[in-house]
Amino acid sequence: MSSVQLLSELSAGTEAEIRGFHPGCKEVQRLREMGLLPGTKIKLIRWAPLGDPLEIKVRGYNLSLRRHEAEHVEVMVSGR
Amino acid sequence: MLPVAPAPAQDKTATFALVGNPNCGKSTLFNALTGMRQKVGNYPGVTVEKKVGELFSLHGRPMQIIDLPGAYSLSPRSPDEAITRDVLLGRISDTSRPDKIICVVDASNLERNLFLVTQVLDLGVPTVLALNMMDLAHDKGISLNPEELSRELGIPVVACQAHKKIGITELRQAMSRTDLPVPVRRWRIPELLEDAVEELCQALAGENRSEPKQEFARALILLAGENASSHSAFGSESQKLAQRFRLQLEAQGIDWHEAVVAARYQYAQGVCEQAVRSGGNAGEDHSDRLDAVLTHPIWGWAVFLGLMAFMFFSIFTLATYPMDWVEGGFTRLANAVKQAMPPGDLRDLMTDGVVAGVGGVLVFLPQILILFFFIGLLEDTGYMARAAFIMDRVMSRVGLHGKSFIPLLSSYACAIPGIMAARTIENPKDRLVTILVAPLMSCSARLPVYTLMIATLLPAKTVPALQKAGIMMALYVVGTATAFFFAWLFKRTIMHGETPVLIMELPPYRLPSMASVVMQMINRSKLFVKRAGTVILGLSIILWFLAAYPKAEGGQASSQLAHSFAGKLGHAIEPIIKPLGFDWKIGIGLIGSFAAREVFVSTMSVVYNVEEASDVTLPLRDAMLREKWADGTPVFTPLACVTLMVFYVLALQCISTVAVVKRETNSWHWPLFQLAYMTGTAYVACLIVYQTGKVMGFQ
Repeated sequence: MSSVQLLSELSAGTEAEIRGFHPGCKEVQRLREMGLLPGTKIKLIRWAPLGDPLEIKVRGYNLSLRRHEAEHVEVMVSGR
Repeated sequence: MLPVAPAPAQDKTATFALVGNPNCGKSTLFNALTGMRQKVGNYPGVTVEKKVGELFSLHGRPMQIIDLPGAYSLSPRSPDEAITRDVLLGRISDTSRPDKIICVVDASNLERNLFLVTQVLDLGVPTVLALNMMDLAHDKGISLNPEELSRELGIPVVACQAHKKIGITELRQAMSRTDLPVPVRRWRIPELLEDAVEELCQALAGENRSEPKQEFARALILLAGENASSHSAFGSESQKLAQRFRLQLEAQGIDWHEAVVAARYQYAQGVCEQAVRSGGNAGEDHSDRLDAVLTHPIWGWAVFLGLMAFMFFSIFTLATYPMDWVEGGFTRLANAVKQAMPPGDLRDLMTDGVVAGVGGVLVFLPQILILFFFIGLLEDTGYMARAAFIMDRVMSRVGLHGKSFIPLLSSYACAIPGIMAARTIENPKDRLVTILVAPLMSCSARLPVYTLMIATLLPAKTVPALQKAGIMMALYVVGTATAFFFAWLFKRTIMHGETPVLIMELPPYRLPSMASVVMQMINRSKLFVKRAGTVILGLSIILWFLAAYPKAEGGQASSQLAHSFAGKLGHAIEPIIKPLGFDWKIGIGLIGSFAAREVFVSTMSVVYNVEEASDVTLPLRDAMLREKWADGTPVFTPLACVTLMVFYVLALQCISTVAVVKRETNSWHWPLFQLAYMTGTAYVACLIVYQTGKVMGFQ
């Protein structure tokens, strides 16, 4: 069982795979250049103390982005 | 079709460009290579730092290195990244295109770093890869084979640890080679795009511009560069062609951008599979464990607030000693000049204008050095990104960015380094808003004024320290709240734009390199002295002139001041400031404060102390308390004191800030706007405070 979710919907510790970006995502180019491509595995490390931004691990490094951007990123969460 | 690098002329000094992602240790490597032989300046027309260093090849030939701003990609997202691209393509007027490139990568984060490497290799310029942070990779359990990496990429690879100066000689050795290979592109462009790119290359080659043959790299930049600022670097024909291809590809449902990025990453992944022997433990590393505490909902705040408190404690306590030395030194210097020169205007100009002016700037140098030292330390350890991570939510409430936090925080010490620290903000609008509100944070130059006014407000000997501290705190809170209010207002009005985006790497923690931190501190402080120093000096001379001329009869300092241009100006503005409860003497203080706020104290002592005509020099406070209006009511009522404090919190009375904002924004438009809005707000706020206070029966 696997389900499609938004990156902004994940909770800390969840591992997922990037599916794609919604058309409204303005920073899609930079996110891709930072290594977020369809099929890339990511892990949501944590949400910031005040609830935004979030931190993910991708390609072995840590990246932080805001909920606003994460709402445009579709991910596939594999069932446990 | 592959580009060929022009053969470097043998008699010319070889110029290397140092390129790499942010956080890859590039600047540390630059310092390790060049030591103190570096110059910091600006690129023409922008406020991006240009760092050029010199070193010698193993054969004793001089070489030059340009430390380019860190970039994730050659499709720029910030002015810094645009500079990196433009220097590499030889588009900057005063910087010749580099002959060779040193590409720095973080060995612990190779795959992502290789993305930029593929773009750099497309340029067809002889390149050496510096595989930095080998220790960090080792800690992460990553084992790399530099020879294998070199074979895969087709360029020399040198493993190094810039922090410990390991591998620097080997890097110099590689740089000294005269037979550096021209890289050959090894990543495969997606088939669907081949034709388009080929045609674009031909169009660019046909343009016959002075730019060298880097058609392939330029074709991809052109294709991807929808929002590139430097479209003029391409001919209109090729631009139209690129636009046509974009539309064509989009019509076919091909996401050309994703295809190109994916192809590069696919290649990078392949290279990593060959060169990385063990991929590292997928589990937690040091940084993850540290972050569990440092970004923890409770401990994270505790550490953060503790660090900030410690930083400010250091700035305000440690700095007092060197500040006293500087002040003492300049007083002695002024006395020495007095002894050496015959009395007269020239002597006064030297002591009251030049020496006082230079001293007025240098007295803040200790605070600025300490602040820059801490900022460098926070950056070098990787904590700065965490501070932005923690604070981002707060800052985003007013439409700013986590990265605006440090510039604003720095402004509590002095707005000048704060405004300069805003360079790290990519989005020009966010950067401008940060610059515009930064001087509202109460800087240390306001402290002497606050202290004097609090003492005047609460003249009793037995005022509890807590009460004084409470007022002081309130002044800081008013300034900060106003700064946030205006940030919010500007983001909604004149700087209206989309919500700023935060895409920020959280680099691994590492021990700082003291040499690197100190070097950065010195370089930044030099810029401060150069920029603020010249303006303050000039203005001090003007202010001296205003206070010294025209000459009054008799030698009384206070009557001289009353008679001078400054005194006349004070009288002239009295009708404007009277509704705020200020008389013309305070007016002189306000005018003097435009050089630097703390000048208020010394101006006031000239205005009042001597005028009392008593034999004893009274403390300034008592003199001020005795000051009366013509109708006999006291000037410095508690209400007037509060109003004056509000004025000092809000008004922009710092010519060095105006000068630095002019430099940083490259126009007179913004500093003048800032001067107007801040001083206007101060006036209106004071008017409201004073008039409402009077109506409510306060004195």
